[in-house]
Amino acid sequence: MGATAHAHAAGHGHEAHHHEESFISKYIFSHDHKMISKQFLVTAIVMAWVAVIMSLLFRLQLAWPGESFAFSSFFLGEKWAPGGVLDPNMYLALVTIHGTIMVFFVLTGGLSGTFANLLIPLQLGARDMASGFINMLSYWFFFLSSVVMLASLFVEGGPASAGWTVYPPLSALPQAMPGSGAGMTLWLVSMTLFIASSLMGGLNYVATVLNLRTKGMKMTRMPLTMWAIFLTAVIGILSFPVLLSAALLLLLDRSLGTSFYLSDIYIAGEALDNTGGSPILFQHLFWFLGHPEVYIVILPAFGITSEIISTNARKPIFGYRAMIGSLIAIAFLSFIVWGHHMFVTGMNPFLGSVFVFTTLLIAIPSAVKVFNYITTLWRGNIVFTPAMLFSTGLVATFIAGGLTGIILADSALDINIHDTYFVIAHFHIVMGMSAIFGMFAGIYHWFPKMYGKMMNTKLGYAHFWITFVCAFGVFFPMHFIGLAGAPRRYYSYSEFPMFDGVVDLNILVTVFAIIGALAQVIFTYNFFYSVFRGPKAVQNPWKSNTLEWTTPVEHIHGNWPGPLPVVHRWPYDYSKPGKAEDWVSQITPLEEGEEEH
Amino acid sequence: MTKLLILIVVVLGILAVAQLARVYELTSRLRGKREEEISDSDNRFNARLMWIFLPVYFGFFIWLVVAYGDKMLPVAASEHGAETDWLLNFNWWILIIVFVLTNVLLFWFAGKYVYSKDRRAYWQPHNNKLELAWTVAPAAVLAVIIIYGLNTWADITSPASPEAVQVELYGRQFDWTARYPGADGNLGATDVRLINGTNPLGIVTRESVATRLAELGQEIAAGDSTLAHAILSDTKKDELTEQVARMRRHVQRIINLRTLMEHDIAEKGVASTYLHGADDVVIKEFHLPVRHEAKVLIRSQDVIHSAYIPHMRAQMNAVPGMTTLIKMTPTITTDSMRLITKNEAFDFILLCNKICGASHYNMQMPLVVTDAATYDEWYAEAITKPFQAPAEAPKPPVTPGDSAATPAAIVAQAQPSH
Repeated sequence: MGATAHAHAAGHGHEAHHHEESFISKYIFSHDHKMISKQFLVTAIVMAWVAVIMSLLFRLQLAWPGESFAFSSFFLGEKWAPGGVLDPNMYLALVTIHGTIMVFFVLTGGLSGTFANLLIPLQLGARDMASGFINMLSYWFFFLSSVVMLASLFVEGGPASAGWTVYPPLSALPQAMPGSGAGMTLWLVSMTLFIASSLMGGLNYVATVLNLRTKGMKMTRMPLTMWAIFLTAVIGILSFPVLLSAALLLLLDRSLGTSFYLSDIYIAGEALDNTGGSPILFQHLFWFLGHPEVYIVILPAFGITSEIISTNARKPIFGYRAMIGSLIAIAFLSFIVWGHHMFVTGMNPFLGSVFVFTTLLIAIPSAVKVFNYITTLWRGNIVFTPAMLFSTGLVATFIAGGLTGIILADSALDINIHDTYFVIAHFHIVMGMSAIFGMFAGIYHWFPKMYGKMMNTKLGYAHFWITFVCAFGVFFPMHFIGLAGAPRRYYSYSEFPMFDGVVDLNILVTVFAIIGALAQVIFTYNFFYSVFRGPKAVQNPWKSNTLEWTTPVEHIHGNWPGPLPVVHRWPYDYSKPGKAEDWVSQITPLEEGEEEH
Repeated sequence: MTKLLILIVVVLGILAVAQLARVYELTSRLRGKREEEISDSDNRFNARLMWIFLPVYFGFFIWLVVAYGDKMLPVAASEHGAETDWLLNFNWWILIIVFVLTNVLLFWFAGKYVYSKDRRAYWQPHNNKLELAWTVAPAAVLAVIIIYGLNTWADITSPASPEAVQVELYGRQFDWTARYPGADGNLGATDVRLINGTNPLGIVTRESVATRLAELGQEIAAGDSTLAHAILSDTKKDELTEQVARMRRHVQRIINLRTLMEHDIAEKGVASTYLHGADDVVIKEFHLPVRHEAKVLIRSQDVIHSAYIPHMRAQMNAVPGMTTLIKMTPTITTDSMRLITKNEAFDFILLCNKICGASHYNMQMPLVVTDAATYDEWYAEAITKPFQAPAEAPKPPVTPGDSAATPAAIVAQAQPSH
C-alpha cells in the first residue's frame, strides 16, 4: 500500500508489492481507485434513499394536504409532523435537502466519484490514479460532508430550509426562518467539505487523463466516457471554487456581521445595520457554479451512454469527433449562461438578452448529441441489456427535458413560468432523470467490473420499465401544473382557488412517485444481493472493446498482472467489415492495410 | 389507513417479484444460462415494449392536453402577456414537431433493430454531410426563436412612458402592501430605519424623521436605565447592550439622512424626493386602470420575494436593498375576466413566487382592474384615508357598464396583431 501509480508504471513488476492488507487499508482507507469508486457508489445509494424518502414525505403533503400519514410520523416524529401532518417549515427543509443531496451527493459525488474513479485508470490503461492518497482524501471528505449534511437534519431548528439555492437574506438571517440557524451553518460546512472533495477528485482526474494514458491511447482514441469525465472535472475545477467563495461570504454575513449580501433589511421588529450589500451578488456567484453544475451532472451520463449505446447496438458511435466537439462546446458554453436563472431578479435586461443568446446556443451541440445517438441505433444490432435500456431512456428523457429548456431560456417566456412547476418538470427530466438513468446504466454495465459478479437481468428489466414509466408519470404532469401558474416550494395550494383545476394532478404525480420509489427497492435488492451472491462474472461479458475488459475479473493492484496494454485503435470497432467477430478490442493491432476508422 | 394497506400490498408485490426473480435465477443457473447472455426472447420482449411505450407516451401527453388544457391560465390580461402567449404557442409548435419526430425515430429504431446473430450492424462511423445538416438545421431554427424572443423581451423591458400609473408593491413576510403617489404624482424616498407602526414602509418626511429620532431616543434611554438598574442575566445584558448600541448607530444614520434631506430640499425645492412622501397613499389594496400603462415598482422589507401576477404574465423579484420594476398594461378588467372564466369569484392575484419562509404558500393580494373612471373614484377615496393596519381586502365592486361586453369581444381585443 502507498505505492503510487507512478511507481507501478516505472516498470518493476508490481507483484513485488503484493502483501497482505489489513481490513482497514483494503476496505476503509484504501488508495485503490476501484475500492474508492465502490465507496462513492455505496455512499451515494444511501444518500439517494434519504433524498427519495424526503421526496415521498413532501409529495404526500402535496397530494393530500393536511392529511395525517403514519409514514410522516414515523420519519419526522411529533415535532415536525404533529399528528402525522407535515409542518410547513419542515416541508421547506425537505425540499431543500432533497435538492441538495440529489444534485451534489448523488449526481455529482455519486456519479462522477463512482465512474471517474472506476474508469479513468481502467479505460486509459493506468495502474491507478495520479495520486492515490489525494483520491482517498477526496472520498473521505465526501463521506464527512455527507455525515455533516445528515447531522444537520437533527439540529434544533431543523436543517437548512431556504431551498437548495440558499439565496440570502433568507439563508443569512436566523430570524427569517428556523432552518436558517444551526442547520444552515452545517449546510455551509458540509458544502465546503464537499467542494474540497470535488476539487481533490477533479484535479486527480485531470492529471491522470493528461499524464497516465497508456502507449497508443491518444486523446482521439479515448472512449467518450473519458472525454466526458475529463471535461466534467475541468468544469468542476473552474466553477466549484466560486461556490466556495459564495459560501464563505455567506458564512461571514451570518457570523461576523459583514454585508456582502445584505442591505436595508427590517426583520423581526427591527432594522438591521447592514447596508450596501446585494443579494444579487450571491445569485451571480451561486449560478456561476450552479449552471455548470448541471453539466457536471449530465456530461458523465452522456459519456456512459455513448459507450453503452455503441457497445450494445454493436455499432460504432456515430460521429465520434462530433460527439467530442459537442462535449467541448457544451463545457465551454456552460460557463457563459448562468444568468438565465436570473431573468426576473432585476438584472439588467440587456444582460438578460446576452444570456438568452448564449443559452439557446447550447441547444445546438445538445441536438447534435441526440441525433448522433439516434443514428447510432439506426441499422444497429441492439442487445437489450438493462444498461442499454437505461441509456435509451436517457436519450428519451433528454429530448423531453431539453426541449422545454428552450422555452425557459427565452427570457420573455421565462417571466411567466419562472419558479413555477414548469421549471421543476424541466430540470427533473433533463438533469435528474437523464443523469440518474446514466448512473443506473453505468452501474448495470460496469457492475461485473466493480464486483466481479453479475446483476440479475430480469430484475433489471423490471427496474427499468417501472422507473421509466414513473419518470414520465411524475414529471410530465408537472408541466401542466406549472403552466397553470402554480409556484414551486408551496406547502399547499389550498389558499388559491385558481389552482383548483390542476391540484388533482398532484395526486397522480404522488402515486407515480410512490411506485417509482418502490421500483428502486428492486434495484437496491438486486444490487446488494448480487454483490454478495450474484453469479460470477466473465472477463468481458458485453463483448466490449475498451481496456477495462482486458483486466482480470478479480481486482488486483495495478489493474493488469503483466505489462500495461498497448492501444492500437479507437474504441468503437463494432461490426467492422472484414472482421470475424462483431467487436475488436482496442489492444488488437491494426491489420496490414486496415484503416483505423 | 387504506393508504397504508395499499403500501403494504405494493411492498409485498415487490417482494414476490424478487422471489420470482430468485427462482428464475436459480433455474437458469441450473440450465447453464449466463446473465450476460440476453436471450432472443428477452431482446424481442424489450423491443416490443419500446414500440408499445411510444404510443402510450404520446397518449399520456395528449390526454393531459385534452383533460387539463382548459385548466391552464386563461387568456392573458395584459398587452405584453398576449404577445408572450403568442410567442409561447409559436415555440410550442416548433418543439412539438421536434419532440414527435425525434421520439418516433428513437423508439422506432430501438424496437426495429433488435439483435440477431445472423446479422451485422451497418458500419457507419460518421457522415459529415449528415452531421453538418443537423448542426445547421437547429442553428437556423434557434435563430428564429432567438430573434422573436429578444424582440419581445426588448419590448417588455423598454422604459415606461411618463404618463404611466405609478404604484409600488412592498413585500414582507408574509404580505404585500401597495403605495400610490399622492397629489404630487411622485413617490417619496424611503429608509428602512424609519419603519414603525405608523410608517410601515419607512417613508422619509421631516415628520417621520423627527418622530423616529424621538422614539429611538426614548428606547435608548429606557434601555440604558434597564442596564443601569435592573438585575439581568449575562446573556440578557449582552443582548440589550448590543440592541442599544445598534439603536445608537441607527440614530446616527438617521441624523445623516436628515442632513442629506435638508441639503436636497434646499437645493431642489419642491422637486426634492424628500418632499414627495408626505402625501403617499399606503394601502393594502392593489388597483389598476384598464388599458393604461402601469409602472409597478417593487421592493422588499426583509428577504427576497417575487411579485408574480400569473394572469398578467408578469413577474419580478422583490429584492431587499434595491427597487425593481414591472411595466405592464392591463387589457381586461376583473369584471370582464369573471365573464370570460364564467367564475363569479374570479380575481387577478398577486402572489409570492420566491421562497420566503413558512407562510410563503399564502402570501397574496388580489389585483383589481377596473375602467379608468372607477379607478379614479377608488383613488380619490383612497387618498383621503390614512393607512390602516392590515384588514381583509374587500372584493372588487362590479361596474355595471362593463358587463355588457361579451367574453369573445374582450378576448379578441386582447389578442396581439401578429
